Amino acid sequence: MKYIDEFQDPELARRLLDEIHATVTRPWALMEVCGGQTHTIIRHGIDQLLPDQVELIHGPGCPVCVTPLEVIDKALEIASRPEVIFCSFGDMLRVPGTGRDLFRVRSEGGDVRVVYSPLDALKIAQQNPQRQVVFFGIGFETTAPPNAMTVYQARKLGIRNFSLLVSHVRVPPAIEAIMQSPSCRVQAFLAAGHVCSVMGVEEYPALAERYQVPIVVTGFEPLDILEGVRRTVRQLERGEHTVENAYPRAVRPEGNPAAQAMLADVFEVTDRAWRGIGVIPGSGWRLSSRYREFDAEHRFSVTGIRTEEPAACRSGEVLQGLLKPNECEAFGTTCTPRNPLGATMVSSEGACAAYYLYRRLETAPTRLEASPVA
Amino acid sequence: MPDITETFSAGAPRELALKSAPDLLAWTCPAPLRDQPRVVMGHGGGGAMSAELVQHIFAPAFGGEVLAQLGDAATVSLGGARLAFSTDSFVVRPLFFPGGSIGDLAVNGTVNDLAMSGARAAYLSCGFILEEGVELSVVARVAEALGRAARTAGVEVATGDTKVVEAGHGDGIFINTAGIGLIPAGVDLRPQRVVPGDVVIVSGAIGVHGVAIMSVREGLEFGVEIESDCAALGGLVDTMLSVTPDLHVLRDPTRGGLAAALNEIALASGTGVLIQERSVPVPSAVANACAILGLDPMYVANEGKLVAFVPREHAEAVLAAMRAHPLGAEACVIGEVVSEHPGMVVARTGLGGTRVVDLPIGEQLPRIC
Repeated sequence: MKYIDEFQDPELARRLLDEIHATVTRPWALMEVCGGQTHTIIRHGIDQLLPDQVELIHGPGCPVCVTPLEVIDKALEIASRPEVIFCSFGDMLRVPGTGRDLFRVRSEGGDVRVVYSPLDALKIAQQNPQRQVVFFGIGFETTAPPNAMTVYQARKLGIRNFSLLVSHVRVPPAIEAIMQSPSCRVQAFLAAGHVCSVMGVEEYPALAERYQVPIVVTGFEPLDILEGVRRTVRQLERGEHTVENAYPRAVRPEGNPAAQAMLADVFEVTDRAWRGIGVIPGSGWRLSSRYREFDAEHRFSVTGIRTEEPAACRSGEVLQGLLKPNECEAFGTTCTPRNPLGATMVSSEGACAAYYLYRRLETAPTRLEASPVA
Repeated sequence: MPDITETFSAGAPRELALKSAPDLLAWTCPAPLRDQPRVVMGHGGGGAMSAELVQHIFAPAFGGEVLAQLGDAATVSLGGARLAFSTDSFVVRPLFFPGGSIGDLAVNGTVNDLAMSGARAAYLSCGFILEEGVELSVVARVAEALGRAARTAGVEVATGDTKVVEAGHGDGIFINTAGIGLIPAGVDLRPQRVVPGDVVIVSGAIGVHGVAIMSVREGLEFGVEIESDCAALGGLVDTMLSVTPDLHVLRDPTRGGLAAALNEIALASGTGVLIQERSVPVPSAVANACAILGLDPMYVANEGKLVAFVPREHAEAVLAAMRAHPLGAEACVIGEVVSEHPGMVVARTGLGGTRVVDLPIGEQLPRIC
């Protein structure tokens, strides 16, 4: 596919890797913000090919992983009601709440449906005027605009049996929270390219300046990742800390103004809890007062659900690069994607799940090279 | 609409007003999810959950040495003959899809299960479970497709059954077929025969059936010109066995895709499977659809492909014979069996890294972004 195949080219990858190897002189710790980038890195074995001095710390940018337990519990409660058709993106169905997941709700008779666009949920609401249709609106700046558009449409078309369970999160406040952590080791960021395609890059120069960290807007194919790493390492070696856009085929400096305007109309910034992290001020969106009637939390009176997250796993250390997922004693034994102890093991974009899926084998590549295929 | 500059100003970072900087060491995670007390969709996905269902409920309840083989088809001896015996149920939606229908699947699924034992299917049974209200013309179209597929595969539908369930208690048409066939002398296909050095061959492009089905599924219609690869593989298997009866194992990678088939063989044989990711034939239409949906083609279902584990000395001749057959024209070597990492499938990525190719858990779920 155009814009995909050419960004997986092994020869070009080799050249970028050579340049990174030639540039690096000291150890550096980079954080790729987005779970999609983590997935690419592990799936293609990119971390194995980088110089030993370049360490990739897997960031908190997995929307499935960071959605708080409390919100999942609210979703489970709403989805269990007989009058409700609960619509969600597929990978939220397996995320454990307290004791069960949406698959379980479905097996108990709940009407839970996988949709591929929030507008499909709106269509279902139009087709089922006697039912309440709820869409599970989670994710970063990437999934927020279509969800905003859907609520905007619902209001415009007078579709009253539709509502949104909102748990949207924003990247820049999370970067701040990471940099303010006392044990932070991150020296540079590969910023999430698709978030920037919506929001632009204007939020980042001040962060780069304040925390003296290079921030390189990076895409999601293997060559995108390598180019992001190359530019980041170059800045670090030179002692620079600027914002660069290494994903210009998708990201304009100003982002997508129409999407931003829609977000500003439908949502307002709020404090938001991140699963496994806690509340980060100003890090989320909720429906603005004009659209409050479409807020599923209010419509179904689940605002009172309060869930404490039991301390069980070490994802905090994983997310800081103090611990690789496969160094955790629970990894692959008591904690697997089938029975996740922590959110980072749930989605394929979570760092622990990516390691489990692709990296349980720590076989030296040389051993594999010893047995080439005929 | 309001002025957006207030929320998204480019100046200094918003004052976060963090009361105290978060200590990331204290980041916590939720409690584990216990086993499901009811059947969930993942139990039918052909992956780890399906396997657990069989191992923990069905196999202990039924007992028996034959069932313990747990292959696609059972191998039984009857009156001196060696027979392959298999059954499969079909619950596909929609009933008709590009390149086939539930009728084609009902024949080819069972015929192929038998073929993976080296047997040419001789007789099929066919049970229909119809939902009250289904149009008879639809039943007729399915029956015609089923009959046509049986004639193409050279198998006779010898017995059948029909039940009707109340409206709302079925999904139009469900079909179960069972089949038997003779296993030729000298043929012994099972994972336990796989040894390091064996060459892994696929008969053609993977992921085609699954993507064709998804492309017409309600709520997910997308414009991809791709037809299901649904086909009976008995003829291709005959061709391969005519080169040498000494093939080690064959699998048709249906539910769970190529990844599930390779994992089952690695586990059952206690060997490691090493594949070269770039050698696995994935049509661009399949790759594109999977990229959009966040799926991995290795886990997408096939209905007219097989994967063969062949002794190295026969690999070249078997590959040539496959390529001379219409259903194996695009056959290619994708990897080999190794003594390292027993029970695991490992892929060498295009960039030169390695990754584990795991058994799928339940259903593959489209990713959120």
